[in-house]
Amino acid sequence: MRDVAIIGIGMTRFGELWDASLRDLAVEAAVECFKDAGTDRYDSITIGCMSSGLFTGQEHLASLISDYLGNKGNPATRVESACASGGMAVRTAFMEVASGMSDYVLALGVEKMTDVGIGAATYALATASDQDQEAFHGITFPGLYAMLARAHMDRFGTTREQLAQVAVKNHFNGSMNPHAQFPTKIDLETVMNSTMIADPLRLLDCSPITDGAAAVLITTAEEARKFKNKPVVTIRGVGSGTDTIALHHRKNMLELGAVQKAIHRALDMAGITIKDIDLAEVHDCFTIAELLVMEEMGIVKRGESGAAVMSGLTALDGDFPINPSGGLKSKGHPVGASGVAQIYEAVTQLRGDAGKRQIAKARWALTQNMGGSGGSSVCHALQSNN
Amino acid sequence: MVGIIGYGTQIPRYRIKVEEIAKVWGADAEAIRKGLNLNEKSVPAPDEDCATLAVNAARNALKMAAIDPGLIGAVYVGSESHPYAVKPTGTIVSEALGICPNVHTADLEFACKAGTEGMFIALQLVKAEAVKCALAIGSDTSQGAPGDALEYSAAAGAAAYVMGSENVIAELMATDCYMTDTPDFWRREHAHYPEHGGRFTGEPAYKKHVEGAVAAILERTQLKPNDFDYLVFHQPNGKFPVQVAKRLGFREDQYRHGLVTPTLGNTYSGSSPMGLAATLDQAKPGQSILMVSYGSGAGSDAFIFKTTERLPQVRSQRPEVRKQLDEHLFYLEYGSYAKFRRKILKPE
Repeated sequence: MRDVAIIGIGMTRFGELWDASLRDLAVEAAVECFKDAGTDRYDSITIGCMSSGLFTGQEHLASLISDYLGNKGNPATRVESACASGGMAVRTAFMEVASGMSDYVLALGVEKMTDVGIGAATYALATASDQDQEAFHGITFPGLYAMLARAHMDRFGTTREQLAQVAVKNHFNGSMNPHAQFPTKIDLETVMNSTMIADPLRLLDCSPITDGAAAVLITTAEEARKFKNKPVVTIRGVGSGTDTIALHHRKNMLELGAVQKAIHRALDMAGITIKDIDLAEVHDCFTIAELLVMEEMGIVKRGESGAAVMSGLTALDGDFPINPSGGLKSKGHPVGASGVAQIYEAVTQLRGDAGKRQIAKARWALTQNMGGSGGSSVCHALQSNN
Repeated sequence: MVGIIGYGTQIPRYRIKVEEIAKVWGADAEAIRKGLNLNEKSVPAPDEDCATLAVNAARNALKMAAIDPGLIGAVYVGSESHPYAVKPTGTIVSEALGICPNVHTADLEFACKAGTEGMFIALQLVKAEAVKCALAIGSDTSQGAPGDALEYSAAAGAAAYVMGSENVIAELMATDCYMTDTPDFWRREHAHYPEHGGRFTGEPAYKKHVEGAVAAILERTQLKPNDFDYLVFHQPNGKFPVQVAKRLGFREDQYRHGLVTPTLGNTYSGSSPMGLAATLDQAKPGQSILMVSYGSGAGSDAFIFKTTERLPQVRSQRPEVRKQLDEHLFYLEYGSYAKFRRKILKPE
C-alpha cells in the first residue's frame, strides 16, 4: 500500500441553511477544499451521505455531485453506513489512493436535513436502527441512547450532571468554531433543565438536525510533498468494525464492539497506542455516546468516564482533549457529513490552524465516527509530518 | 386627511392556558411559555365564528366613527377561517351592519395578513375618493392541529377599522409592502388543519418579510426606529415580534402596548390589527405608530399612522382591547375546548 496524505480540506458552515440545497452544500465544501489544496485535480469522488432519498427525494449522488463539480466524467461512488457514512467515504478514498487505483480522490460528506419536518427527519434517522425489531415498534434514536444512559447510570452510578458536563464542554469548544451551528456556551443548569426528550436525556444532551457538507482531498504522501503551502498530514491508520444493529442483541449493551474494533484497528495500523494521541474527535450524537466511546478508547476504566469528564480530562486543556471542534453536539450533525468534518478538525489541529481552540503541539489525532447505536464505526489515525 | 375614523375589536371570553394543552400532549409547558412567550389563548364559543366576531368588532368601530352605515361604500373581511369555502363572509357582515346594498365587498385570504390587506385597500379607495368611507376587518377563529406547536397559539378574535376623510382619529402617513413566494405555512383544499415548515417559519419567513417591510417604509419616509412613539408587529407568538423589534433597534416601551399575544394568542388576520387597536387605546394626540403585518406565503404590509386630537375624545365609545382581554374570562379544560373547537368527532 502507498502512504496516503490529506492536502486539502473544505467545509460549509453547519446549521439550518435555508438558502442552500444538497448540491449547493456539496459544491461549496468541495470548492473550499480545492482552494485550500491549491489544486482542483481529482481522479475520483467518494460521497458519504446517509439518506438524501428520505431527506430530499434525491438519490444517485454519484452523478449529481460529479455533474455539479464540473461534469468531468470521473468515477464517483456513494458510501452509506448511516451516521458513519462520512468516515466510510474517507476510508474508501484512502483505499483507492493506497491501492494505486487513483492518485487524487475527493472524499465528501453531505446531508441536507431541513427540507423535511421533524417527524420525517426522525423517521429518516430511525432507518439506521433495526427496522423490523426496533424502529417498527416505535423506538427512535433518542430512546435507544436514553436506554444506554439509563443502563450506565444504573450500573456505574453515572450522574445526570456528568452527562450534562459533556454538553457544557463541547459547547465551550464550539463557541470558538466559526463553522458551528450552536456556538453558544451553556452551563450545567441549562442542560439539566432543558426540555425532556427521552428520560434521562434532555434537549441539550442531543445533537441537532443540521445541513452541511465537508470535503477532504486525498493523495499519496509522495504527491503531497509537492504542495509546499501547507504542512503535510498523513492518514496512518484506518479501522472500521461492525456490531449487531439492534441494541437488544448485544451481549453487553454498554460495550460498543464496533467502536472498540475500529479504534484498535486504526491504532494498530498506525503502530501507536492511545497514549500517543494528542486529541480525538468522537461521535457525540448524544452526551452518553461520548462517555461510552471514552471507555472503548481505554483512556478510562469502564464506568469511570463520567467522573473523568467532570475532572477535566477531556477538556481543551486536559490530558486527553475530546471534540475540540465542539463535536456533533455544538458544531451540528449533518449525519453524512459528520465523519468528514471530524477529519477536517483533525487536520486543522495538526496543521496548527485551530486558533483559540488549538491544542498545543498536536502531532497525532484520532477520529471516531459511528453509525446508529454503534452498529458500525470507522476511525482514522492522522499524523502531522511537520 | 385620510385615515382611521373608528376602530373596534371583539375577543371571545373563553381562554385555555398553555399548561392545560401541554398536559394533554405530555409537552413541556414551561419551555413553551418561556420559549414562545405565550401564557394562554382565546377560544371561540360554539356560536362564535369569523362572521360573528367580525360583526361585533365592526359594531364597536361604528360606535366610535358615529356615521350612518350607509356611507360605507366598501367592506373587506380578511380571514383564513371564512365559514364558507364558496359564499362570502362580507355579505353576512354587510347585511348585519345595515350597509347593504350599495357596497363593494370582498373576502380576502392571505394567512395572517388578510386583515391589513383590507385596511390597505380601504385606505387607498378613500384616498382615491372612490368611496366616502370603507370598512376593513381582520377576523379569525384560527385552527391548529391537535398536538401541533400551533395549537398553543391559534386563537380567535377580530379587529375592525372604518376609514374615511372626515373626523379622522389616526392619519395615514405612508404604506409599503414586502412580498415573496415563500411557502412557510399552508392549508390545501379539503385539509382540516394547516401545515407549516417548523423552524422555517422563523428567519426566512416571518423575520425576513417583517424586516423587509420595515426597511422599505423607513427608506421611503427617511424615518428611523427612534422617530416612532409606538410599534406594532404581527404576533404569531410573543417571541418573534420582540426578537425582530430588538434587532431593528426599537425599544420595549414602543412595542409593549401593542403586544397582546402572550394572553390572547395569535388571532391570525386579527393579530396586528388587534395590536394596533391596543396601541390606539393608549396613544396621545400627535403620536406616530408603525404597524407591520405578516402573512405566510409570504408578505408584510407596513403602515405609518399619526394620531389626532379626536382620538381621546371618541375612543371610550366602545370597549377597550385590554378590557376584552382581561375581564369576565372563563377558563376551559381541554375537554370543553376540544368540544368547542369541534375536535371531537360524533355521529351527525
